[in-house]
Amino acid sequence: MTDTTTTGRQLPDRLDNPVKSAVLSWESLLVLVALAIFIANSFASPYFLNEWSLSDMTFNFTEKALIALAMALVIITGEIDLSVASIIALASTMMGLALQAGADTPMLVAVGVGVGILCGAFNGFLITGLKLPSIVVTIGTMSLFRGIAYIVLGDQSFKGYPVDFSWFGQGYVFWVISFELVLFLVCALIFYVVLHHTNFGRRVFAIGNNATAARFSGVRVDRIKFVLFCLTGLMSGIAAVLLTARLGSTRPSIAQGFELEAVTMVVLGGVSILGGSGTIIGVVLAALIMGLVTFGLGLLNVPGIVMSIFIGSLLIVVIALPILFRMWRQRKA
Amino acid sequence: MNRLLKTRELWLALGILAVIVLVTLRFPRFSQPGNLLTIFNDTSILMMLALGQMAVILTRSIDLSMASNLALTGMIVAMINAAAPGVPIPLLIAGSVVIGSALGAFNGILVWKLDIPPIVVTLGTLTIFRGLVFVISGGAWVNAAQMSQEFIQLQRGTFIGLPILSWFAIVVATLVYLLMTRTAAGRAFYAIGVNPTAAVYTGINVGRTKFLAFVLAGAIAGLCGYLWISRYVIASVEVAGGYELTIVAACVIGGVSIAGGIGTVAGALLGALFLGVVNNALPVIGVSPFWQMAISGTAILVAVVLNGRSEKTKGRIILKKAEAA
Repeated sequence: MTDTTTTGRQLPDRLDNPVKSAVLSWESLLVLVALAIFIANSFASPYFLNEWSLSDMTFNFTEKALIALAMALVIITGEIDLSVASIIALASTMMGLALQAGADTPMLVAVGVGVGILCGAFNGFLITGLKLPSIVVTIGTMSLFRGIAYIVLGDQSFKGYPVDFSWFGQGYVFWVISFELVLFLVCALIFYVVLHHTNFGRRVFAIGNNATAARFSGVRVDRIKFVLFCLTGLMSGIAAVLLTARLGSTRPSIAQGFELEAVTMVVLGGVSILGGSGTIIGVVLAALIMGLVTFGLGLLNVPGIVMSIFIGSLLIVVIALPILFRMWRQRKA
Repeated sequence: MNRLLKTRELWLALGILAVIVLVTLRFPRFSQPGNLLTIFNDTSILMMLALGQMAVILTRSIDLSMASNLALTGMIVAMINAAAPGVPIPLLIAGSVVIGSALGAFNGILVWKLDIPPIVVTLGTLTIFRGLVFVISGGAWVNAAQMSQEFIQLQRGTFIGLPILSWFAIVVATLVYLLMTRTAAGRAFYAIGVNPTAAVYTGINVGRTKFLAFVLAGAIAGLCGYLWISRYVIASVEVAGGYELTIVAACVIGGVSIAGGIGTVAGALLGALFLGVVNNALPVIGVSPFWQMAISGTAILVAVVLNGRSEKTKGRIILKKAEAA
């Protein structure tokens, strides 16, 4: 154990292990955590083990998890998007304006999703076109996008969304299975296939591991990053549609703090914040865990702010444990 | 490179001056010395926080937990003051620095010993610290009636014509300036930001240096915790909510490179001052305060575009000089 020469550059170490086993162990850890919380919840509250309770539970994470799917890809390439919650605010505000102009439900959805993609493209242009660091750009657009929502709305709100529009956020496809959950599962499947079973996915990993090498081997790094930021915008737009439909109103403070929860899901899911590794299954499991934790604590009447302590600790502990374990093993060896 | 930095700060100072002049053209009273000093005093806390954040960013890290640290430390000293008004205020101030440093050290230890990326660590502690404010206060506020008069009045006193709060900012800025330019530790912040590998070969302990940067940021955040609470005379869970990004914004506008290694005390101060002047000017010219967020977002984007340009020309400084001549 000597001092590391460069902090946080342990990718070679990780590649030495068979990747598969490392991935499996991380995900099985997540499954265990999820199971433990599930069991603890069922003991802690008599209202937990009920199909409608569990169905309600999914609403705790579906919108954030949709964003986390795209965020995972962005983080795997070594970038980050902190503007997602503000994209929701702007997209929702624009939907409200469209509503006042007399838009019907399909038009509202188109506006929400369209604004999301445009915001993502704006981020992507600044980051890949002007070669600026994504963390600063998206901190800037985070203020800008939500700032526009505040300029439009001030302390007002948009209400009166059509009844058929609210189905996106409140409707059930079948029994207790909500539309939001179905949409999330379908998207998760698509992201899984794209990331783990296509050329595009391999390129995303290649960029995260070594963007320069990827470029020399013919990967269009900037174009892929641009597409990924548009994708994050798209998913944020979709989340804006779902959230607006679920709440039935738009305020400029809508979805405050979603960006940090989405990043937490991604990192908790085993995606390296330094880029280059991670799985969609891990992200889905992390989303489930966060939903279980917040819902279980909610049933126990724990205030939201105290839940955030659990989420924050979970994030640090889950990251720290494997590192501590590795250090302990190295010391023994 | 030094010349380049100087010009950037000059431009920022000119930008601030331009805003002041433009507003003054319509509202002459805006640039009266009294009002300018008020703006400086209003911005003091942000300036100090920006300096702490700069130290962290220089080392290629980021501290997103500063605002939560401020809220937690502020709540602790406010509760101590409410429960035991007899505790002398200087002791409370020292206490706030110690508590803030301890919280910063917690971040620093995780970054140093466990090698967890700073953004992950501080994202976690951002929520943990703020949650703890709720836990220790039970969600209740500490209001003006519960605080002692000395607690509230200390920073409102004046010394050579300036409020004590402004003096805090001046002293902290001077200390950070001396640390950055006159000590080995200060140079180490820059060294590991520019090239961590080279820094190791020159005998700098990268992890420990990052740890020190986090402790410094924490100490400043703790001090500002007391100052914030005694200035706005209310301690609650929401204190400085979302302020962490304003602090980062002040640094970015001040030319501190998020990639580490580039940034000056004067730049960070001017970045904070720019936000302060703009925020102060908006109500004067009759713009709704709801514009504030979009304007600071635009300012960040403009600043980062300009920073990106000047950083890119780093390899061609000779040409740059020739151009300027």
